[in-house]
Amino acid sequence: MPDQNPTNWEPVIVAFFCNWCTYTAADLAGVSRLRHAPNVRIVRIMCSGRVDPQFILTAFAKGADGVLIGGCHPGDCHYSEGNYKLLRRVRLLNRMLRDMGIEEKRFRLEWISASEGDKVKSVINEMVAQVKALGPLGLPKQYEELDKELEHIEQQSSGKEAHSHVG
Amino acid sequence: MSNNNKTPRIGFYVCHCGHNIASVVDVAAVAEYVKTMPGVVISREYKYMCSDPGQELIQSDIKEHNLNRIVVASCSPLLHEHTFRNALEKGGLNPFYFHMVNIRENVSWVHTDKDAATDKAKDLARAAIQRVWFHKPLEKKSVPVNPDVLIVGGGIAGIHAALTIANAGKKVFLVEREATIGGHMAMFDKTFPTLDCAACILTPKMSAVKSHPNITLWTYSEVEKVEGYVGNYKVTVKHKPRYIVEDLCVGCMDCIDKCVFKEAKFSDEFNQGLGKRKPVYIPFPQATPQVVLVDPDTCLYLKTGKCKQTCVEACDRKAFDFQQKEKFQEIEVGTIILSTGFQPFDAKRLPEYGYGKYPNVYTSLEVERLVNASGPTGGEVVTRDGNHPKTVGIIHCVGSRDEKTNRWCSRVCCMYSLKLAHLIKEHTHAEVYNFYIDMRTPGKGYEEFYDKLLNEGVHFIRGRVAEVTDWTLSQAEAGKLIIRVEDTLIGAVRRIPVDMVVLAVGLEPHHDAQDVRRLFNISCSSEGFFLERHPKLAPVNTFTDGIFIAGGCQGPRDIPDTVAQAGAAAAEALALINAGHVELEPNTAYIREEDCSGCKSCLPLCPYTAITFDESKKKAVINEALCKGCGTCVAACPSGSIVQNLFEDEEIFSEIDGLLKFDFSCCKPMEVNHA
Repeated sequence: MPDQNPTNWEPVIVAFFCNWCTYTAADLAGVSRLRHAPNVRIVRIMCSGRVDPQFILTAFAKGADGVLIGGCHPGDCHYSEGNYKLLRRVRLLNRMLRDMGIEEKRFRLEWISASEGDKVKSVINEMVAQVKALGPLGLPKQYEELDKELEHIEQQSSGKEAHSHVG
Repeated sequence: MSNNNKTPRIGFYVCHCGHNIASVVDVAAVAEYVKTMPGVVISREYKYMCSDPGQELIQSDIKEHNLNRIVVASCSPLLHEHTFRNALEKGGLNPFYFHMVNIRENVSWVHTDKDAATDKAKDLARAAIQRVWFHKPLEKKSVPVNPDVLIVGGGIAGIHAALTIANAGKKVFLVEREATIGGHMAMFDKTFPTLDCAACILTPKMSAVKSHPNITLWTYSEVEKVEGYVGNYKVTVKHKPRYIVEDLCVGCMDCIDKCVFKEAKFSDEFNQGLGKRKPVYIPFPQATPQVVLVDPDTCLYLKTGKCKQTCVEACDRKAFDFQQKEKFQEIEVGTIILSTGFQPFDAKRLPEYGYGKYPNVYTSLEVERLVNASGPTGGEVVTRDGNHPKTVGIIHCVGSRDEKTNRWCSRVCCMYSLKLAHLIKEHTHAEVYNFYIDMRTPGKGYEEFYDKLLNEGVHFIRGRVAEVTDWTLSQAEAGKLIIRVEDTLIGAVRRIPVDMVVLAVGLEPHHDAQDVRRLFNISCSSEGFFLERHPKLAPVNTFTDGIFIAGGCQGPRDIPDTVAQAGAAAAEALALINAGHVELEPNTAYIREEDCSGCKSCLPLCPYTAITFDESKKKAVINEALCKGCGTCVAACPSGSIVQNLFEDEEIFSEIDGLLKFDFSCCKPMEVNHA
């Protein structure tokens, strides 16, 4: 788990980059030695269309402070239109994340082509700064507390069942 | 292959990459960290994992420690994944029991904080270890390679590649969008540094293309659609109407003589507008094929429907067909070479140099035509106002090495400026000034050519020209153009009156390079030239297998380099053809029938219509031959019944867990059961 002390806390961002555009751009950023914040952990997938909303929810639930998806620009998808399919899911997911109380800036979708190494750098730096400003999301800890609370309620309710009212 | 693959025995290797990784990431700490992870039997660091000893280390460990999973933390998988997969195979392990961690491009090359970089490397390693638990043995799919090759663009690159492949006995379709092959090289007078005549070395190759039994030459044609994959491309070519039946025309040009326009009065594209042509014309005398064409924008009959059609009467062979329409033709090829070339920088974008405003300001390509014996003036250097120039200024780096326009060096302009200086001096005995930023003459015999020019009395002034004006100060300067420049070698601003200005325009990507890139599903680098797979080790390959690039479409280059690259692209295509088959990444998707609810959500998602519905079983079916492995259907399946090989849900979820240091051993079984 990341250090929860706000002074030296660093956010962890999980990124899903498509093989053909954004992952190649990240490689280009490397070859061009474009230094950027070390907070992003990249998962390589063939197409941004492979991103299942559950990947994003899982990442948040297991401690990510932000999730970044990188795909080919509209019209440039290596598989014609995987990025459009992703976009539709992201639109829905955004509403869900909002309802869950996850701030908008913690989840970002960017179209980054294979030549845009500098964009990888600027997007990562910008997002890390934004998530840093928001502070830790800390869902695993929240869930732990919720679980305890639930357990407590369950225990209480089973104890009180005989007395008809639940507190 | 080991039989006990169910309990992972993982070998982990972290690479120093010399100092590339080890100077930023504490590799020993990463190896130590991974050692304690579940399933890890061996965790090592090594100087160069991709070297032979590095690969042998993996192979011997597989045997000695009975390893059944391998993780290597080194550079990008796009660079060396196949290297390590081969090492696994040699070690007797299925190559897909492997995962690669990118700690060079994604870590050591982009981070400076060593602790943070090491932490990130540990997280990535942990993710890979947890992921590789779920890897399965896969078989590579092998597909046959169609031996026919499509080459797009008939400049010197396309011509050379076509001849190389055709001479190897393979069939080539050469598609060129202009009415003739030859490209820019056909416009040049002489070539540097040898000063041999461009036409003399090019036109024999052009006619060889036309007459070669293995080459199908389609000029005035464009690629319209590309489908398929390496070894098996289906390409639709559009033939534009030239209003002449190509097979009937013999190039006698009687029709041009007899055209109702007695005088040629329309701008001649091949001569950069310096000459005139008729509506029915041939681009230049050695055009290949020797077939005329009719320009619908200027032909009276095609424009108005009213003309005596004297051209048609003049044609004995009845080759005219004014009803001709665009024709589409589908071909099947295994490999494609793109040699679509470049476009010269539009000098009007730099108004301070007065191109288009002062008639005596020329681009270098215009001057190529002026000094050319077959050009509009028969090789006489005469300015637009009819004079022979006595002083000529050549301005280098117009649209090159310039923050405002193109930042790159166009590589050929210094040399062609020297060549033009020599030719202009030879033709006119004029005083020639070169205004340069730096003289760049790397190449065999190039520096010697520069020396020769220095001895010929050509003037060299170091400085970027500020402006070209007609602001004369005295009677002696009347009618001249004034070049204002800071001579940085003497540290003073100079005014140099000249009769003619030549702008050494740079090379840039075609205006429609992005459309072509999309058509062929390849990438462009930031300046817009086609992107090679690796700048050093795969310079003619693209990220799309079976599609190669050569010549000016990949970046500015001279003729020798272009020809070398064309040969390389031809060799790459021939290598695929010779192998006869190609192995595809087995990352296709399949449906677990028992879980499929038959909801049909996946059907409209597949861009390749690889998914169909089996009405009798009420289940979706994926045709693996059509599937290209994007995984879009997998992400969308509500019942989780679609599996993508190499990118299975379990694999990705455990990778996410690992990245977030989520305890894996407590929530996953130690034994992984394979279906």
